[in-house]
Amino acid sequence: MTREEIHKDQMDRAASANMPDYDAARRTFSWDTARQMLDGLPHGKGLNIAHEAVDRHADGPRGDKVALRFLDDSLTATDISYRQLQALTNRFANLLQSLGVGKEDRVFALTGRIPALYITALGALKNRSVFCPLFSAFGPQPIRWRLELGDARVLVTTAALFDGKVAKLLDSLPKLQHVILVDAHDLDAGSGQLLDFDEALAAAGEQFDIEPTDPQDMALVHFTSGTTGPPKGAVHVHEAVVAHLATGITALDLHPDDVLWCTADPGWVTGTSYGIVTPLTRGVTSIIDGGTFDTERWYRILEAERVTVWYTSPTAVRMLMRSGADLPGRFDLSALRFAASVGEPLDPEAVVWGREALGGPIHDTWWQTETGGIMIANYASMDIRPGSMGRPVPGVEAAILARGADGRAAVSDGQVIVVDRPDYEGELVLRPGWPSMFRGYLHDPDGYRACFAGGWYLTGDLARRDADGYFWFVGRADDVIKSAGHLISPFEVESALMEHPAVVEVGVIGRPDPIAGQIVKAFVTVASGQVPDDQLRLELIGWARARLGAVVAPKEIVFEQDLPKTNSGKIMRRVLRARDLGIPALDLGIPEGSPDDI
Amino acid sequence: MTNDEATALLAAALHEVAPEVDLGTVDPDLPLQEAAGMDSMDFLNLVAAIHDRTGNEIPFRDYPRLSTLKLFVSYLMSTPGPA
Repeated sequence: MTREEIHKDQMDRAASANMPDYDAARRTFSWDTARQMLDGLPHGKGLNIAHEAVDRHADGPRGDKVALRFLDDSLTATDISYRQLQALTNRFANLLQSLGVGKEDRVFALTGRIPALYITALGALKNRSVFCPLFSAFGPQPIRWRLELGDARVLVTTAALFDGKVAKLLDSLPKLQHVILVDAHDLDAGSGQLLDFDEALAAAGEQFDIEPTDPQDMALVHFTSGTTGPPKGAVHVHEAVVAHLATGITALDLHPDDVLWCTADPGWVTGTSYGIVTPLTRGVTSIIDGGTFDTERWYRILEAERVTVWYTSPTAVRMLMRSGADLPGRFDLSALRFAASVGEPLDPEAVVWGREALGGPIHDTWWQTETGGIMIANYASMDIRPGSMGRPVPGVEAAILARGADGRAAVSDGQVIVVDRPDYEGELVLRPGWPSMFRGYLHDPDGYRACFAGGWYLTGDLARRDADGYFWFVGRADDVIKSAGHLISPFEVESALMEHPAVVEVGVIGRPDPIAGQIVKAFVTVASGQVPDDQLRLELIGWARARLGAVVAPKEIVFEQDLPKTNSGKIMRRVLRARDLGIPALDLGIPEGSPDDI
Repeated sequence: MTNDEATALLAAALHEVAPEVDLGTVDPDLPLQEAAGMDSMDFLNLVAAIHDRTGNEIPFRDYPRLSTLKLFVSYLMSTPGPA
């Protein structure tokens, strides 16, 4: 659907944007200049994210400003100032040192959005350890895979999550030396592996000097989902903070006195990059809602906290749209200056709805776990073409490559074909060199190398670029499922279902959904003698949910005794997708002789 | 609807969405999504499953009144039972 372009020159807000002229900014921007917005560690000791995010503000005029404002279920606020955050993160860094945890050691967090999570993230970075966040709604299986793959040495979690999901995994995680529990009551002092977060923090010193940190030192690992194998741990370095700050200024239009509410959980890359690093490095106040999604609650937060910049997801926006046109009008949203969205394409209707309901259009942005920060965006000063991802952020070069038989970019002898013709649908690629680009997948150098060809990073997303340089998302080039903004590996879901004794084969796909973009749907073949009835269907749904957690487990399971397979016996997910939509596979543009058939 | 009817209705609907959850073990005063390990989509599906069973539409504006198990049951008690 084509919607009328939204012109920014008609809106006075564009003039005061950090980047009043996109084309001019693209011509003049350089990452070297962006680096100069950061202080660096004192005495030329390098670059550390936690210093830029916390210490440099704590020691300056922003010391008493609220850095993080936490809202609990009853919307009661707990504030942490930059100075307080410095003391708390210093304590956590000292705690890690006292445990013998050092540079490059992995420190995991599995909690809801509570202060301990943010203290862990920034304290670990100060200690030059590597922070690895996990989404607290994961079930035991995704948690175990990620702790194992990430060589977890320390895990910070809550007593409730530990009892429910982690305790039973400990025997299979020999490298995990310390589990630090929030809300631990009556902790058995004899068990050396378990520590009480508050007690341990209170016992640690409040002074900490960050050791020399090379900008290329490993800082963060975010796990993402592939098509065929277990999750991949994307490695990011301290230098990423250059892009976090620069894109916060250009793409999110963050001004020094803004109040940012990034609704994403730090268990996903958005919640870490734009919920922790970007707002703190910019020195603004970041709102963190620990509660669950509720439309009225969200409007209330926007109103009560005078949120000026809001970064959320299309799924959330669609749920707000469904809640009725009269609801937003009951709240004072006049403080809100800039709304943006990430995770999946934002429908044109949603962009336009923002104008009516929020007082301004919603700005879609595009990026990935691997890119570490926003790569393509709609800007405060740039006209919006509703439905478009926007244009590349200054400092980033994007292109479209010709596709091969498997749907991905065609690579021949390491060479690729860049297609400049407008509106050609091909694989979206980026020129490496931006500071927040991932530097590897943990323990998977081949997987990392396979992400590059012909001097480009291959995103795995299909897109087209129109004649004026706006990019438009088309779909994934592989089988990875995008549900409510999160990437879900069909492999991970299939593996969990295959463990059930009644199951002999599974194919998992993303089924289009009006709210979540896609939902996870499984096609299951049962063993002979098993009855594929409703009771078994519910048993399998429960089985998967108990292992994978609600966000990864299938929402829908159907039985199918004849799954489409290649000659070698591999299940053809693309054919399942086509069947599910009731269209012949060929209409999906599936060429004959694609790798599915090998 | 009586308390027992409302609880039975919620248990039956929840069984369709999150069959692994035993309603008896869900803390009645905690946020329901968190206590039952549900995401937002599950919550919408739960409300839809109740609609399927009773024919009663639960409007969006009432969702805050369903935020815990205890509140959810009280809310259902104020609505007509299955036809």
